[in-house]
Amino acid sequence: MQKRSIVPIVYILFLMLPIYWLVAMSFKTTNEILAGFSLFPQTFTLDNYVAIFTDPTWYWGYINSILYVTLNTAISVAVALPAAYAFSRYRFLGDKQLFFWLLTNRMAPAAVFALPFFQLYSASGLFDTHIAVALAHCLFNIPLAVWILEGFMGGVPKELDETAYVDGYSFPRFFATIFIPSIKAGVGVAAFFCFMFSWVELLLAKTLTAVEAKPIAATMTRTASSAGYELGLLAAAGTLTIIPGAIVIYFVRNYIAKGFAMGRV
Amino acid sequence: MKTDNQKAWFFVLPVLLLVAFNALIPMMTVVNYSVQETFGDNVFFWQGLDWFQQILRSDRFHAALGRQFMFTFLILIIEVPLGIAIALSMPRKGFWVPVCLVLMALPMLIPWNVVGAMWNIFTLPDIGLLGYFLNHVLGINYDMTQDPFAAWVTIVTMDVWHWTSLVVLLSYAGLVSIPDAYYQAAKIDGASNWSVFRFIQLPKMKTVLTIAILLRFMDSFNIYTEPFVLTGGGPGNSTTLLSIDLVKIALGQFDLGPAAAMSLIYFAITLLVSWLFYTLMTKDDLN
Amino acid sequence: MDKITLSKLRRSYYPNPKQPSDYALKEIDLDWTDGGANALLRPSGCGKSTLLNIISGLLVPSEGQILFDGQDVTELAPDKRNIAQVFQFPVIYDTMTVYDNLAFPLRNRGRDEATVHTRVMAIAEMLEVTDLLDQKAAGLSPDNKQKISMGRGLVREDVNVVMFDEPLTVIDPHLKWKLRSKLKELHQRVKATMIYVTHDQTEALTFADQVVVMQLGEVVQIGTPVELFERPAHTFVGHFIGSPGMNVLPCTLSGGSAYFGEHRIQLEGPVKGTPEGRTEIGIRPEFVSLAESGLPAVVAKVSDVGRHTVVECQADGHRFNAITEGAGPEKGAAVFLDFKRSQTRLYVDGWIATEAGEG
Repeated sequence: MQKRSIVPIVYILFLMLPIYWLVAMSFKTTNEILAGFSLFPQTFTLDNYVAIFTDPTWYWGYINSILYVTLNTAISVAVALPAAYAFSRYRFLGDKQLFFWLLTNRMAPAAVFALPFFQLYSASGLFDTHIAVALAHCLFNIPLAVWILEGFMGGVPKELDETAYVDGYSFPRFFATIFIPSIKAGVGVAAFFCFMFSWVELLLAKTLTAVEAKPIAATMTRTASSAGYELGLLAAAGTLTIIPGAIVIYFVRNYIAKGFAMGRV
Repeated sequence: MKTDNQKAWFFVLPVLLLVAFNALIPMMTVVNYSVQETFGDNVFFWQGLDWFQQILRSDRFHAALGRQFMFTFLILIIEVPLGIAIALSMPRKGFWVPVCLVLMALPMLIPWNVVGAMWNIFTLPDIGLLGYFLNHVLGINYDMTQDPFAAWVTIVTMDVWHWTSLVVLLSYAGLVSIPDAYYQAAKIDGASNWSVFRFIQLPKMKTVLTIAILLRFMDSFNIYTEPFVLTGGGPGNSTTLLSIDLVKIALGQFDLGPAAAMSLIYFAITLLVSWLFYTLMTKDDLN
Repeated sequence: MDKITLSKLRRSYYPNPKQPSDYALKEIDLDWTDGGANALLRPSGCGKSTLLNIISGLLVPSEGQILFDGQDVTELAPDKRNIAQVFQFPVIYDTMTVYDNLAFPLRNRGRDEATVHTRVMAIAEMLEVTDLLDQKAAGLSPDNKQKISMGRGLVREDVNVVMFDEPLTVIDPHLKWKLRSKLKELHQRVKATMIYVTHDQTEALTFADQVVVMQLGEVVQIGTPVELFERPAHTFVGHFIGSPGMNVLPCTLSGGSAYFGEHRIQLEGPVKGTPEGRTEIGIRPEFVSLAESGLPAVVAKVSDVGRHTVVECQADGHRFNAITEGAGPEKGAAVFLDFKRSQTRLYVDGWIATEAGEG
């Protein structure tokens, strides 16, 4: 290992520090936390986790979040695939403008949409449903998915399409059985980013839900403000939210370096 | 080679519908509110550009905008060089690379409110790891809830912690795509490390750096959750960034008119500056 | 001008190599003469640029030495060795102009601008890129970019060895010959020792006065193009050079004569020693002709390649080629083949095993 490898090591330590603290706190009792400072849990306890796993308000928060995130990823990638194909293979009236307009949505401040979404989704009768959050997140995720997929599709030569037609494939069959497998890395990357964004977003998820589809993020903030400072519980809840992210990265770890280039480097 | 095909619109239709539903309708609502006044009961009065003028002249808006630009400036000036430096210092091949990349990516996958909460408990003056360390070990008087400077340092550090990895990962992707022959040729040419960076690495990273800088600009300019959970915009309103102010006005005070006008101005600024950045960074490619 | 000597050079990519197969480069002992045009011919694939990188200093050999004019440079850094290397694809500094690209190696060594200017103009004139000097290097075509890469190598006055690692790979075919002749011209003007690594026999044979043929990290034969063609020391050389390559037919030895099946084949000369191992006969298609009598065979395929006709024949389950002028026989015809004796050789385990002369 060279000397300059010290830099990534120090950086990673810096990154792990607050996470360690969160995890450590989740194993302490609230009393111990408020009593003073301790580097390691003096009285190791699983009470906080037990509370979460046994209280429906808590664990439903996780389930709700996973539900709408999965919903959103599926929808975003599914509609982005044909669109990206069109952008990548065809020229049509208004194509550049449309592409640009899609990207501008990614740039929009979420805060701008908070109130309008609240009204729109209430008016559509979709308030407090998983599909509402899933659809709302589409605003940001679909442009991203289209952009990523279009980049990857650019790397597939048109000859593949032409050969399939010559061989007698119908378009749907070609698309499903030949084309999509050839860009499966791109689909993985797009799905990863959609998941990532939808899982972490709070403002819209909180605005559009109340009870039924309340995400874990909202449950946590409610606890923090209203029930006083149950820090241990909060820490446990937070720690649990890191796990899905860690699992997802683990699965795409080999594509991370490539995938971040989004096929465009 | 793209072919002309107007039927491609069918492919794009689902996307168009979903995004239009989410974008156009709310936008129309916003535009609608921004030029009208209401006292409730769905009664509206035409206001013309009054709200826009009011916002653009309001000290509160200027203050929030100023804070926002300051924040974004600090973020970019710290995260971009830092990210590049870390990417440069990472080995190009080897067993440890995926491990490092996974660990570096972790902060970006944590829900934003958890990030805020995490840093909250991390920096509590007497019982948080960092807070305790600063106050009782180093003897620095640090309390984010009292001291605006401390609050600023904390939110900037939190964002650096949260997002620098994006720059690292993108830069790294750009770096590993450079063939070895370039480094070999540079050795034979007797080039210094700085020359290698300036003439080989930086040019080849241009695309990814453009993406990284644009993304960091947009996201930091639009940031809401993390600082809100961490400081609530305080102490006072010292860390009330633009989004936080907007949500206060829109969802807190339900001042629809001003909120809508401010939204449009906000969006316009984001678009404009993004476009400026993008043009500046890609102008060489237009040759 | 430097004479390059490689002495007992070996290179392994394993930290503790034990057997010969652990070595990417097997033992090499060879001399390259002052100012010569040399080619290193080997099939594309593994062990790619190992030897070149060792000579230029980018890699250190596991064992052995490299000497430039008798001085040991094995441990010396690349920029101290007075070498230049041109890679498979153009390596240029995109953001600099052509002028600055060419000037770069000189400026790094602290030369004053006047000297830099003189040298850059001289090289630019040699490479015919003078009118491109003010352009940004990024916008050039691949062949021009490759010329700039070469120019950067030649711009230093103290360059004694120039190495080319398959430099024409990305060049369009119709421009390849232009660059090749430019290279030959450069060699005559610059008079540096040039080593040209390639898998393309045409490039190697037209450029070089001396060719080193390598296979699987081992030197198989060193000689002039004519020598390699006329007297391959290894079946690999025979097969690799010439189009079509040398015929290799399995044979048996009995009483000092070679037999292909039942048919006795006369060799160029006496067999060296008592061969043990796989015995084969090697003869180039140019020296296999259709005759009234000889080895019976059946014509499998006839191809007109322009200059002559290649007749692919089959005998005893083996296929080989003969060359004839004119239309050639019909497919399926029964023919007799005559092997020119002075060009028929015995190969044992791939290596030549006959001596020229009467036997």
